[in-house]
Amino acid sequence: MTAQQTIIQTIDLTKVYGMGDVSVAALKGVSVDILAGEFVAIMGPSGSGKSTLMHILGCLSHPTDGRYILDGEDVSHMDRAQLAAVRNQKIGFVFQAYNLLARTSALRNVTLPLLYNHANPKTLAEGDEKARVVLELVGLADRMNHQPHELSGGQQQRVAIARALINDPVMVIADEPTGNLDSHSGEEIMGLLHVLHQKGTTIVMVTHDPKIATHTQRTIHLLDGLVDNVVNNGHDVAQVSDLRYKEAK
Amino acid sequence: MKPSEAMRIAWEAILKNKVRSVLTMLGIIIGVAAVIIMVAISAGTEATISEQITSLGSNLVFVQGSFQRGGPGQIPTGGLVYDDAAAIQDNVSGVVSVVVEQNSSETVKVGDVTLENVELLGTTTGFPSVRDMDIAEGRYFSEKELERKSKVAVLGSTIAEELFGDENPIGQTITVGNTKLVVIGVFEEKGLVGNTDFDSRVYLPISVVFQKFIFNPFARFMGDNIRMVYVEVDPAANLDDIITQIELLLIKRHEVTADTADFAITTQQDIIATQESTTAAFRSLLAWVAGVSLIVGGIGIMNIMLVSVTERTREIGIRQAVGATPSDIRIQFLTEALLLSIVGGLIGIFVGVGGSYIFGLISDMRTVIQASSILLAFGSAAIVGAFFGYYPANRAAQLDPIEALRYE
Repeated sequence: MTAQQTIIQTIDLTKVYGMGDVSVAALKGVSVDILAGEFVAIMGPSGSGKSTLMHILGCLSHPTDGRYILDGEDVSHMDRAQLAAVRNQKIGFVFQAYNLLARTSALRNVTLPLLYNHANPKTLAEGDEKARVVLELVGLADRMNHQPHELSGGQQQRVAIARALINDPVMVIADEPTGNLDSHSGEEIMGLLHVLHQKGTTIVMVTHDPKIATHTQRTIHLLDGLVDNVVNNGHDVAQVSDLRYKEAK
Repeated sequence: MKPSEAMRIAWEAILKNKVRSVLTMLGIIIGVAAVIIMVAISAGTEATISEQITSLGSNLVFVQGSFQRGGPGQIPTGGLVYDDAAAIQDNVSGVVSVVVEQNSSETVKVGDVTLENVELLGTTTGFPSVRDMDIAEGRYFSEKELERKSKVAVLGSTIAEELFGDENPIGQTITVGNTKLVVIGVFEEKGLVGNTDFDSRVYLPISVVFQKFIFNPFARFMGDNIRMVYVEVDPAANLDDIITQIELLLIKRHEVTADTADFAITTQQDIIATQESTTAAFRSLLAWVAGVSLIVGGIGIMNIMLVSVTERTREIGIRQAVGATPSDIRIQFLTEALLLSIVGGLIGIFVGVGGSYIFGLISDMRTVIQASSILLAFGSAAIVGAFFGYYPANRAAQLDPIEALRYE
């Protein structure tokens, strides 16, 4: 991977909740750059602003001030409908609680984002085909007609990852993806993220677990709404991926 | 989102919560069924009434006397007298026949059977043709019998059966009050017209009624009072002209002015118009009541949809996170509300049509199912669904994705 392009660029992001005397500044001027193909962790104690930053990076909310350029496009002042389209086409979410639709098959959960892809509408057959490909990638080709309650936590998280990939996003945002899993399943999910990373997907992962964070290339530490420091975890992309994936297996 | 996708999602959501969906639709089902049944009942009533009015006989003008009673001890004045009828027959052009009616009530006895308060109707020979009554057995009385005050009677079908059962009443004697009358005929069944039961009356020459059943000490000076004169007019004649002629004639005979007239003239058209306005008012009242139940049904949809939006906050958050725009969410919930009310409306049509039919079978009331009421009810249901679905749908669309995702 050469001449990496900047996927995320934030300039002095601030986020203030509330107004006047009761206002609380969750972010006080955060500037980070994340390159295409990077695997980055965002860490920080609770109250450090990491969730707020993730929400803004994930286009789920606006910054109060500052700019956020995602894939070459300034999304700081987009309205709700435009942000929804950006989330749909450029961002894949993986949540701690999986957030799959109940009583809906794995296949239909994975095709859910296609419903809202107004820019590149797919037929049902095309969508199903694409969903099969990504479900195969996460190793659940044989479970696609299962509903979430019939799947283990690790399997549900794999469905969520498949859903995150269905629209070929420019990055995947993972919010504590192993938080609800036992260590074995957690390792599997991390292994899967490494495989995706190896295939070129940009991944931004929010975590409070330093062990999990060391799996990534860089860790951005937040403290009190500011970037405290950025730690290079010191291994090459490919190495990490190979290592972790073998472990997972 | 494509409409077909929106429909599919809405349909799946409805099927996932069958019990709740049915409860939600219940209001709409009842509302639509109520509109259809109520309109069917009022249309049935209307049809019955208009048939009855036509069966009164055609081309009739009714002249009704109004009495002006003086104080105690004074002679009652005014009203129609028997001779007025003859005068109308003789002096007004375009009159086919004139029928006079005066009623009374008496006890009627035959053998062991005694009926109290039987209505006697003294009338003239033109009665069967003017009132459109047919003789089933025997015959009606003649002009000669009327003049001679012959003690004869023609029975309505109900009273004939009550008095004689299966026996043939013709030629039998009945005791009315203290007077014996010979039964010479029985009318065919006519049924209830307005409030009048034509089948439980005894018909006899009006001259006999004056002589035997209504004591009027002033009759010798003023003539026999009568309640009503029925004037059958030539269909080709000008009705307004005839009314004016009768009015002028009676004003002259009674020595009154138009303002102090002691009689009133109405036509069959007037009665039909009155009945129509009454039934129209009845019908619109029913339609309003049913409409209110539709609105209540709509509020039911809104309530359940609001609960549904709250319950499905997490789902909405997930959909928003993967790219559903506010309008995608709004369309989804609006489609669901619309689909609920349309399915509810269709079930309501079944219930309404079936209910009208069953109601017509088991009750005395007649029901006529109106296609317009089905369309109206169904259309209103859809509009109600869209109207009351909008608020919850908009609430869902306005949810903040972060809040929605955090919702437990």
